[in-house]
Parts: sequence; C-alpha cells; structure tokens
Amino acid sequence: MYITLSDRGAASKQSDTARVATRVSSTVVAMGVVSMFTDISSESVAAVLPLYITAAMGMSTIAYGFIDGLYQGVSAVVRIGGGWAADRSDQPKWVAFFGYGISALARIWLLFATGFGAVTSVIAIDRIGKGIRTAPRDALISASSRPDNLGRSFGVHRMLDTIGAAIGPLLAFLILWILPNGYRAIFVLSLAFAVIGVLILGVIVRNGHPAREAGRRPVRRIWSVKDLRLPGMPRLLVATAALGLITVGDGFIYLVLQARSAFAAEWFPLLYVGTNIVFLALAIPLGRWADRVGRGRVFILGHCALFAVYLITTIPVGGVSVTLICLALLGAFYAATDGVLSALTAQLTPPEGTASGIAATQTVTAVARLVASTGFGVLWFTVGREHAIELVAGLAVIAVVASICLLRPMLGVLRREVALPAGLDE
Amino acid sequence: MNARARFVAVVVACALVLGGAVSYGALAFAAYRHAQEGPSDVAAQHAADASSGASAPRIVFRDTAPGQDYGHVASVPLTDPRATRTVTPLVCDRVYATERYESCLQTVPGVVTTYSATVFDESGDVVKKWGLPGLPSRTRISHDDALVAFTSFVTGAAYATVGFSTATDVYSLATGHDYGNIEQFTLRIDGKINTAADRNIWGITFVPGDDDAFFATAATGGHTYLVRGSLAQRTLTEVHETAECPSVSPDGTRVAFKVNISKTGTAFWNVAVMDLATGQITMMPDKRDMDDQVEWLDDSTILYGLPHAGTPGDYDVWETAADGSGSPSLLIEHAWSPAVITQ
Repeated sequence: MYITLSDRGAASKQSDTARVATRVSSTVVAMGVVSMFTDISSESVAAVLPLYITAAMGMSTIAYGFIDGLYQGVSAVVRIGGGWAADRSDQPKWVAFFGYGISALARIWLLFATGFGAVTSVIAIDRIGKGIRTAPRDALISASSRPDNLGRSFGVHRMLDTIGAAIGPLLAFLILWILPNGYRAIFVLSLAFAVIGVLILGVIVRNGHPAREAGRRPVRRIWSVKDLRLPGMPRLLVATAALGLITVGDGFIYLVLQARSAFAAEWFPLLYVGTNIVFLALAIPLGRWADRVGRGRVFILGHCALFAVYLITTIPVGGVSVTLICLALLGAFYAATDGVLSALTAQLTPPEGTASGIAATQTVTAVARLVASTGFGVLWFTVGREHAIELVAGLAVIAVVASICLLRPMLGVLRREVALPAGLDE
Repeated sequence: MNARARFVAVVVACALVLGGAVSYGALAFAAYRHAQEGPSDVAAQHAADASSGASAPRIVFRDTAPGQDYGHVASVPLTDPRATRTVTPLVCDRVYATERYESCLQTVPGVVTTYSATVFDESGDVVKKWGLPGLPSRTRISHDDALVAFTSFVTGAAYATVGFSTATDVYSLATGHDYGNIEQFTLRIDGKINTAADRNIWGITFVPGDDDAFFATAATGGHTYLVRGSLAQRTLTEVHETAECPSVSPDGTRVAFKVNISKTGTAFWNVAVMDLATGQITMMPDKRDMDDQVEWLDDSTILYGLPHAGTPGDYDVWETAADGSGSPSLLIEHAWSPAVITQ
C-alpha cells in the first residue's frame, strides 16, 4: 500500500500537476470490491423482490409499490448519524463495518421472513445499514486518496460498485431461469456475498484514522450544524438541494420512454441495465475529468445531461435511438455526479469532518430527490405527463444557473486544500 | 498476522462461504429436478402439442398442480370437468382460449427476465407476439375470435417502479389493426372527461356479438370504475363505481366483477354480478378473498380461481350460481385462469 500518513499534507503542498497520481490506493480498490460484493448481494434480492412478493408470496403489486418506497426512503436520517460517528471516533472503517454488518444480518433474517411485514422490516433494516455505511466509506476513500486524485478514486469505487449492481440482478434472474422457484437460493447466495463483503472489509481494508493521520484531533462533540460552516459548504449544500429538487426518479423517465416507444416498452424491465452499463463505463473517465477541469463543473454538467433527457422526452418522438440516447445520458449523469459530489465535499472539508460533510451533502441530495419524485408524481397525476416534464425542464434551467453562481468558487481545479476555519484549527 | 496471511485467510473464508451457498443452490436444484421429474399431484394425460384434443367443448386452464405439469396449459371436457385433464407442452402464466385462438401471457426466464403475450392459432402456430412491460395479469379473446386484449403490470426491476401501473392493449385478430394501449382512450367518469395521468385501465371483457363494445376496469384517484368502452370511438365511459376485472355473461345481460370490500389499505375482494338493464347488483355467497377475472361457465354459473390452501402458487377453480343462490363448489382442483369453450 502506498498510502502514507502524510499523504494529504504532502500532496497539498505540491503545486505541479505533473505529479498527479496515476494510480488509486489499494484501500480504494478494496473498498470498491467490498461495495461490489455488497451490491451483488442487495441488488440480486431487489431485482426479484417484485416477483417474489407477487408470484411466490401471492400479494398484490400495490403492496410492492409501498415496499419500494420504503426501500428508497429509509436511509436519509441514519446517514447523518453514520457520518458523525465516523468523524467522532476517527474510525470510519469500523462504523462502515457496522453498517455492512447490519445489512448482512438482515439477509439472514430474510431467509426466515414469511409475511409481508417481515419482508418490509428486513428491507428497512438493510437500508438502515446502507445509510450508516455510506458516509464513513466515502470518508475512508477520501482519506486514502490524494486530494488531486479524489475524482478518480471515487470513479474507481463507483465503477466497482455499479459492476456489482449490474451483476446482482443478472445473477438472480440466471438462478430463477435454472431454478424457477429458487428465491431461497438467491437469498442464500445474497447472504454469502454480503458476508464476503464484510470479511474483506474487516480483515483486508486498512483501518484509517483520517484526523490523526493528518496530524489533527478528532472533533469530540455532539453533531451540530455549525460543523458544516466551512468555506464553500453552505454554497455546495444549497446547490445540491437546488439540483436535487429537479432530479425526478428514473422510474418516471422510463415510464415516459415506455409510453413513447415500442422498443422501450418491450425492453422496459431492462432499461436500468443500459443506464448502469454507461454509468460503470464512464465513472473513471468522468472522475478523472473532474480532477482535471474542476469537480463543481463536472457536477453541474452531469445535471445538464439529466436535463437533456427531460428535454428529449418532451419532444414527441419515440424510437430505438431516442431511448438509447436517454439511457446513455442518464448513465453519464450518474457517472458525473455520484462520486464527484463526494470528491467535491471531501475537498471542502477537513479530515476530521469529511464523513459528516459527505453525509450532509448526500442527505440533502437524497431528501431533495425524494421531494422531487413525490412532487413530480403529484404533477404527473394533476397536470399530466407532458406538462409535468416541461415544467421540470423549465425549473432545471433556473437550478443550473443558480448552482453555477453558487459553485463559482469551486468550478475550477482546487490547487490547495481549503483553508480551515479558525475554530477548527489547532 | 501479516498482510499476506490475512489475504490468504480471507480468500479461503470467502471460498468456503461461496462454496456453501453454491452447495445449497445445487441441493435445491437437485430437489427441484426430483420434483419436476416426479409425477404431478393430479392424474393427467399428456398431449403431444398445444392443439391436440382441441375439438370438443372443454375448459382450458393453467395447471397449477405441484410437479412436472406446473404452469402448463391443460384442459378438461366441458361435459365432465372432473375427468382426467389433458396437459399440453405450452407454459403460460395466464391463458385464455376460444375455438380458434389461444392467448398466452408468459414470464420468459433468462439472464434477463422479460414478459410476453402470444396468440396461437388452432394448429399451435404463432399468430402474433408482443413484449410486455411487466408481470402478466389478464387476457381475453372475444367469442367471435375477432379481438384479443391483454393486461400486464408496468414493473421492471426495483429501479423502475413508481407505484401501481398497468398497460392494457387491444388487437384485432380479424383486421390486424392494433388499438394500442387503451389508456389513451377518452375516459368519462360521472359525465366528465378525466385526464388524470394516474388513470389505469385493466381487465377487458368483450361484449358477445358486438365487435365494438367491451367492459374494463378504470382506476384513478384511488377509485375503481366499471367502464364501457367503444373501440371505434376510442372512449371509455363509467357505468358503475368500485368494480374490477369485469366479465360479461354469454347472453350479454349481466357483468360479473370483483368488489373491494376492505376498509383498510389492503384489498379484499368478493364477487358481484350486475344486471346491465336494471343496474341491480347481487353479491355472491363466497366470502373468501378472490383476485381473479371471472369466467362464465354458462348463463347461470360463474367460475373463478382461489388459492389452494397451504401451497403458494397453487389454485383451484370454483363455481357458483350467478344469481347468488346456493353455495360455491370446487370444480377443478389445481387449476387457474379458466376459459370455457362451448363451440
């Protein structure tokens, strides 16, 4: 492992971009592998859940809609707690381990869950585990990377993560193909992958201490909004909220495509696979590009790709090419925003506050997107599909302009670490 | 432990964990093969192809008896529904049949699972095939063989679900005209045109002797409606509130549907029959939860599927008098999705 205790400090003193690291640390790769196995585990179950609930358990699809909302919504609050615990303890690895462990335990329970209530509880617990682990995981990735290499590191992690998300459903459907009623076999395999992820994390991944390694002291106090008053952070939070508020769920976009094009209707169950393939292919290139031209810039451009999808869906044309272009743009949106946001946050926060900062931006994004999806759902039902998406496209222009103004200081490449506020400096 | 030893230990542990899971899968596969090769729970004779035995009046259905015939399309003579069933090689999730055609909704398992609707002719050849956007739900063919309708849910993987949504298509087998998703038809509820985007249409039944009229379920704003549709005018007009999965009687005078009688969020359905001339509604005596589209055995008897107690995925077809008298009785065990062919 090439990581040294002084990595952050050393890199921040470098001004020449010629020495930009060309490789990411083994910790980042190991964390990526952990995420990959965990995503195989969770996405294999998620993919067959509608079938399992309706076909094997004999419940209606309406019940599934409820379970799905739960699946997406639970993790926002615990995320803040996970980030705070990681910063306070200066042990992001073990906080993440706790989150991964909870999800693995939920998979054991899934083997014995029979009723609708039991399945919903298992999924809620799994999501709580995901909420806890996300921010500490990203903090450990940023602590194991050089500041000028963050975008690339997160790109590598998100690529591996998305490979897992792509393999999971395929593996699950492969099992159902061989074994038509093989839900239990899928759950057993899902548990195995979850355990493998936890094992690799526990034994292989380095136990980093972001604050101590940077020669700083962990912040030992209860969580406070004041901790986020770092230069640039309020601007970033407002910008992510604005952009998140006009990020409606993929499901709606797939539904519009499905209504427009016979091709999309026929391949509806597979549209997300197309998005994922583009996401994993572009995660590293766009992460590197963000390191070179500025993370704020790529983050905003990523949202522009999403808004291009909205615009395309307002044009009354269907067909294979339109569907494929939309899937490609949607994948590019994820590749340009998901890891890049964590990299952007990490560059604005001191080592002892990175996990809390990442938790804050991710929670703001998740809550804003939830509001957007719910609001868009209401619009969809009241003013109709076409008008709803036109309205969102209009709001998107305002949000992009606003976020360009807000993120002006972050649009370029940061050549040094952000100066630390007086209160946090030792 | 040094880094290398740790790495080896983790690799060994992971191999053991994965090996255990794969062994479980192999055992499950062996058990499945054993059950597959094992005889079906009910006596059956096997037809060489989907069309054989297709001449006498019969009830076509989906065989749900655990064992090798599970999911296959089967039939019993209409004159003796309790006789030994004839099982065809065709596998469907939902089936409907007339003298000439068979409509089969399938889940197509694969590395990526897809769903399809296929219409076969009497010799078992494919007339037309469609991809479906999600789990199969209902299908019907008009009794004069002119029209086919099918409903599926719009559900992909977990990523693509935004609540309850259905897609219902109508296709003319007589002219080849595709009416497409009838959600686009003009919907009138309480005399007013409804443009709500949350409207869903499902469970079509064609009016006998009329190539234009049909009944279906329309849902919007949390309410369900029995609607009468016109293919020529592309309209759907409300007839009655709180009714799902209608089925018109062979004489065209009544329509049977399921009524959600639950007062909570979880649906609980009973069957009702409505007289179209008087609007009078008769609740059927069966008080069990029924999630099916009724089929008429004749003008005085209705058929519907109910879960077979204790075995998930297994169903029985029950019959009851359409005037609400008497009590329901079991007609075909281990069967689902019945279609009556009288000729």
